[in-house]
Amino acid sequence: MMMLKDTYSAEIEATLAKYPPENKRAAVMPLLHLAQRENGYVTKSALYEIADLCGVAVTEVASIMGFYTLYHDQPGGKYRLQVCTDLPCALRGANEFLEQLCANVGVKVGETTADGMITIEAVTCLAGCNKAPMFQVQTGEGLEYYENQTVESAVALINDLVKR
Amino acid sequence: MSKQVNLTIDNQAVTAAEGALIVDAAKKVGINIPVFCYHPKLEPAGMCRMCLVEIGRPVIDRATGAPVMEGGKPKLQFGPKLETSCTTPVSEGMVVITNSEKVKAARKDVVEFLLTSHPLDCPVCDKGGECPLQNLTLAHGPATSRFLFNEKNHNAKHVPLGDLIYLDRERCIQCGRCVRFQEKIAGDPVIGFYNRGRQMEIVTFSEPGFDSYFSGNTTDICPVGALTSADFRFGARPWEMKATASICTHCAVGCNLAFNVRREVGGKNGSPSKGGIVIKRALPRQNEAVNELWICDKGRFAYQYSESPTRLATPLVRKDGELTPASWDVALEYAAEGLLGESKPGQAKDLLVIGSGRLANEDLFTLRKLAEGAGGQAALYSQSGGGDLLAQVGAAPGTNLASLGKGSVILVVASDLHEEAPIWFLRVKQAAERGATLIVAAGRPTRLDRYAKYVIRYAYGEEAQIVAALGDSPRRAELVEAAKPAAAAKPAAAAKLVEAAKPAAAAKTVEAAKPAAAARLVEAAEAFGKAENALVFFGSDGLGQSGAQSVAQACAQLLAATRHVGRPNNGLIPVWGRANEQGGWELGLKAANLQTALQASTTAYIVAADPYGDDPSLPAPSFLVVQELFLTETARRADVVFPAQAFTERDGSFTSGERRVQRYYPATPALADCRPDYAISAELGQHLGLKLEGRSAAAIFAQIATEIPAYKGLTYRRLAETTNATAIGAAKDPRDAEERRCADLYYSGAGYENTQGLGVQLPLQTLSPALSKPAAAPAAQLSKTGLLAVPVTQLYDLGQTVLPSALLRQRIGEAWVGVNPADAAEAGIEAGAAPAAIVQVVLPGKPEWRAAARIDERTPRGVLLIPRSMGLPLNAPLPGASIRPVVRRDSQEAASQQPA
Amino acid sequence: MAEHILLRHRDIPNIDRLEVYRQQGGFEAFQKAVASLTPDAVTDIVKASGLRGRGGAGFPTGMKWSFTDRKNWPHYVVCNADESEPGTFKDREILTGNPFQLLEGVAIASYAVGARVAYIYLRGEFWPIARELDKRIAELEAAGLLGDKLFGTEYSLRIYTHLGAGAYICGEETALLESIEGKLGQPRLRPPFPPAVGLFGKPTVINNTETLANVPLILQRGAEWFRSFGTEKSPGVKIFSLSGCVNRPGNYELPLGTTFRELIMGRGGGIAYGHKIKAIMPAGNSSSLIVATDEALNTPMDYESVPKLGAQLGSASVIVIDDSVDIPWLINKTVHFFRHESCGKCTPCREGTYWMSQLTERIAAGHATAEDVALLKAVAGQIKGKCFCALGEFSIEAVLSGMDRFKDDFEAKVSSYE
Ligand SMILES: Cc1cc2nc3c(=O)[nH]c(=O)nc-3n(C[C@H](O)[C@H](O)[C@H](O)COP(=O)(O)O)c2cc1C
Ligand code: SF4
Ligand code: FES
Repeated sequence: MMMLKDTYSAEIEATLAKYPPENKRAAVMPLLHLAQRENGYVTKSALYEIADLCGVAVTEVASIMGFYTLYHDQPGGKYRLQVCTDLPCALRGANEFLEQLCANVGVKVGETTADGMITIEAVTCLAGCNKAPMFQVQTGEGLEYYENQTVESAVALINDLVKR
Repeated sequence: MSKQVNLTIDNQAVTAAEGALIVDAAKKVGINIPVFCYHPKLEPAGMCRMCLVEIGRPVIDRATGAPVMEGGKPKLQFGPKLETSCTTPVSEGMVVITNSEKVKAARKDVVEFLLTSHPLDCPVCDKGGECPLQNLTLAHGPATSRFLFNEKNHNAKHVPLGDLIYLDRERCIQCGRCVRFQEKIAGDPVIGFYNRGRQMEIVTFSEPGFDSYFSGNTTDICPVGALTSADFRFGARPWEMKATASICTHCAVGCNLAFNVRREVGGKNGSPSKGGIVIKRALPRQNEAVNELWICDKGRFAYQYSESPTRLATPLVRKDGELTPASWDVALEYAAEGLLGESKPGQAKDLLVIGSGRLANEDLFTLRKLAEGAGGQAALYSQSGGGDLLAQVGAAPGTNLASLGKGSVILVVASDLHEEAPIWFLRVKQAAERGATLIVAAGRPTRLDRYAKYVIRYAYGEEAQIVAALGDSPRRAELVEAAKPAAAAKPAAAAKLVEAAKPAAAAKTVEAAKPAAAARLVEAAEAFGKAENALVFFGSDGLGQSGAQSVAQACAQLLAATRHVGRPNNGLIPVWGRANEQGGWELGLKAANLQTALQASTTAYIVAADPYGDDPSLPAPSFLVVQELFLTETARRADVVFPAQAFTERDGSFTSGERRVQRYYPATPALADCRPDYAISAELGQHLGLKLEGRSAAAIFAQIATEIPAYKGLTYRRLAETTNATAIGAAKDPRDAEERRCADLYYSGAGYENTQGLGVQLPLQTLSPALSKPAAAPAAQLSKTGLLAVPVTQLYDLGQTVLPSALLRQRIGEAWVGVNPADAAEAGIEAGAAPAAIVQVVLPGKPEWRAAARIDERTPRGVLLIPRSMGLPLNAPLPGASIRPVVRRDSQEAASQQPA
Repeated sequence: MAEHILLRHRDIPNIDRLEVYRQQGGFEAFQKAVASLTPDAVTDIVKASGLRGRGGAGFPTGMKWSFTDRKNWPHYVVCNADESEPGTFKDREILTGNPFQLLEGVAIASYAVGARVAYIYLRGEFWPIARELDKRIAELEAAGLLGDKLFGTEYSLRIYTHLGAGAYICGEETALLESIEGKLGQPRLRPPFPPAVGLFGKPTVINNTETLANVPLILQRGAEWFRSFGTEKSPGVKIFSLSGCVNRPGNYELPLGTTFRELIMGRGGGIAYGHKIKAIMPAGNSSSLIVATDEALNTPMDYESVPKLGAQLGSASVIVIDDSVDIPWLINKTVHFFRHESCGKCTPCREGTYWMSQLTERIAAGHATAEDVALLKAVAGQIKGKCFCALGEFSIEAVLSGMDRFKDDFEAKVSSYE
């Protein structure tokens, strides 16, 4: 089985070094981010490995994964397109934007396209309120913000992502 | 005594210790502030907000530091908000109001909130009738619901958290008691919250699920019916059951239990009840000096052996080579004839009587009387030793692990307490967390190491030497000398004693680690010597009878030399494998070498022990009488078998490892024709021409109290005494106990207040001069050929008192052998394979045995760990062992039993 | 237009590059502090400046620093860059536009409280920003501005980033500490407060990103200079995040005490699409709704004046609401946010936000009865004052003020409203 240790040993070392040695547990969140980068979601074996690396029980690691919404315990689309529909964005048309985008892509909010590439989700405020409609794209590699969007620009981006 | 402060709660003047929480201070004067998330044994969390009260504090003049007066009274300042009484400590001059309209409204609000997502399925809920949510709703909640029923949050209702505990997610009120118990008290965070907000739910990710020896306790403290045990769920309603006080029979701790019983047909677990009384569940009974409010899962679930359908129900007599049912008269007559043989009554010299620590004091005493009267010899069936020393150096009366903290030292030698005595593990851990210095000396890493200040690693066989070194400073100096790198070559034996705490690191820098380890030993010894109080636990990890005897001797001398005897919270505590092994020693039975003892006798009377199961090579007497619950290997060889009553069917008393004598009571009627052990022995005695007391346990106990000095003055009545002092909420309601139990919200509905006896600790004899002499370190005796097989204890084993519990059977797992990776490699066994490799374990003079190899660094090099009662009888360390790989026949099946 | 103090990247191109930042006098303040001032002297300067926390509560920063327990070591500094309040996007601009000024602020704060390790806690969505910060920290170490034995003294400092993962509650300082420690982001019991027992059980100062970004210039130019901006009790400038129904949403760095009118109508270019202003939420989602009267618009935005309107300045995330917006719809939005972000620890917040969301959903959709509206008010009142932390209390601000101040909107939603 592929272990995070095999691929990312330097990064794991560096992460652990950020915290006092008796508080290795502090590395759980960064390591969950790392594990998610590897697979797009946190696998069960990654949970065990992180528990081991940080000297905590696996349930404690899972509990942290469950609390924070950016961690996923299930695989989703390759790209998670997360549209902010919180109040400030909604005042600038985020709800209508999301609705039309979904209609264009042919999925409902929270669903993944048939090819498994794109999941469209509604999320809470992303600190981009002045540039609504806006969304972030969560991928294996990380996160990117797309602001001042129109349905056209978003569809174009999706077409682009699918081709990548 | 800690500083006291004065405050007022609901106009009542209250004095409480500084730092005490308002909720506890109120409880002490009979004011019950309702709580959900608070539990007096857990750290306060302040989550549920049920305990909100009004708090006023005196206004202090900044300049003078004195309270500002107003109209002759100190001026009070009330905060703008209500405050949680479960998190707020009392302070001088504080005024607390718990019954104002504002407070009542807040309670109603909180209850209403909790009920919005609660399924309100009380009629089918196991907790109904003893549910704090139910009770507090009636007392404080709103009369009607304003929440739209079909907008309730729905969740999974029957989620197994492993095989022992079930979770109903809809009922959970997210109080976190269970999570906090597992994390803080048990040190086993195997359950946790998942998601957040209203979606928050309890999960487990351990393999197997909810993998903790303490899991059952969460079902007691859960304030709703969210957590239930697989044993009891859908079992009965609380009001249908009666409670009987009992004592757990599984180890030397002596946890206080209550059995809930009810009359029914069929019974569970295949028990043969035909409309009789059956046990529905075992619950902890509070005894702050013994088990507080907790019991381990073995104690909670393994009692089921007493209801096993495989119990012996009638006497058996060997006829034409077969054991056949017989009447008591025939069986007793036949047994007496066989035991007497040609001898006259009183002269059955070759009779060997064996009884085990599973028996009550009354049974063991009767057995000794019988053996003495008949002219034979009585032996205690035990693989351990040294029990005779405890009359002098045992834990002194007044000892209570809960009162150990800073200034105390606890030394644990040769014991994996988590496996051997889980509740002691829990209490020692907590003492260490309160500041007691914990020294763990063991041949391998154990779970307790985590909490220890000093971890001392020895080679198996050198336990007694290490203990001696802790008490003997010249010898320590020698050790330090020996461990210095330059001198290391010379007195190698001494250097070897001290191994690095982490065997993994040993390979790297054994030499460099030695001085550190030696220094650690010196420091530990100093801490021990200087301690105000010191308790020593010795167990059976890797020990046989003689090994245990020397360890006990060394511990006794260490305690005597450092003057840690005869005072409360000082002394030696043996981690015996059975509940009443201590009683056996106190009553004059000694552990014997059965090989020689059986060789020397022609007839034997074996009670509650299975020596032939544990060691098939023992010599056979010409006539054998066995008294048992089950048809054991030993019973199969008997000429006569007497069916005994289980401890749940009779009364009696046990003496715990802390030398506390405690009573238990009959919970159910006896099975069929079974009789109490003491009664059978007394009758057998009569047939042998002896006059033995056998009318009742109480009558025998009265005799013990007159004949055995340590028990002098004890009566059943005294054992049944309780004091308010130990109950958490001392305020007592004059209503009957059952009522009180439900009203006492601190118990959360399950668990019992102790109304039937806290027991009495035995006094100590004066120390004999021999023990006060400095210890002469015994030489290490184990030869070094081949691998050294050592017996170790695992809580759930294949023993007769575990297997019948259907629930625990699933947790026993397959037979295993602990192997060091280097030894495994040498034997050509691959580490890290899943499923684990099956190996053939070859021990000189023992049957061949196959087990799954647990290959890891925790097993020291050159050692094989052999779990007791897992198929390979090994009673003492044995050199010359070897292992070799075997092809797994059914890897499919093994894989399914293997943790992922 | 006056020069920016915090958003200096708007005036000085490439100030996000170390050499440019240093050309502007960057890290001179830190060097001066370490080489020639005692920690207490640094704290005193910040005290004298009257700087108040920009994270929401407005607590005096210098005073907070002086509370760190001197008997318990080590100390930590934590920079709160969780920025999750809907309507707030100021810290993000500092972090990306003017990062070295923040890092210098963190460094100076650390020196002042004797911390040798500081963490910057960024919300998980700021992952790319954290990456950049890591690189910048490495540059600073390479330049000898962070690391061991700084400027020839015994003082050493490391700064690390730590990413959250999607939880508004982690902006609350004790939940944030739990989160760094690798636990659920649930708030801790207080007391003890972080300056006594904080990160890893050690005394810890937690400051908002904007708060810390103020510090280098205070040291460079002095407390008096700082006090020349803003009001007597709320000195300095503040970044106002302006969002909602305005023509020019965005961050505006203005002296504290600037009026709502100046921000919304002046800088923000007024209400979009010819609508009229209806309400103002000065502190993001956590805000009470202010009726946008002339008097309100003329109110200065500072910590003392805004409460007179029955609201708080908080993080100064000004959400503008025009007359096309239906208040029941709006509170349904805010309540859903809090329901989603409730950590679950305490009953009133966990259950109350869930219950309120069921009601606001129905009310907003026009399916509600007058009883539902009354019940919403009751439930909100029931939450009030009982929560473990401020999140739960925030959740009812818009609800109660909205129902109180915009009755008509609710009446229009139900047939038999009385
Ligand atoms: C629910 C909640 C969310 C908060 N979110 C933030 C936040 O995102 N950023 C922030 O700086 N402070 C936030 N705070 C305030 C912090 O708890 C804390 O007061 C602040 O970081 C202190 O820094 P300051 O004194 O510099 O303002 C929040 C508080 C609460 C109760
Ligand atoms: S399962 Fe029971 S003890 Fe655990 S959080 Fe839920 S209600 Fe509390
Ligand atoms: S908050 Fe005090 S009992 Fe739960």
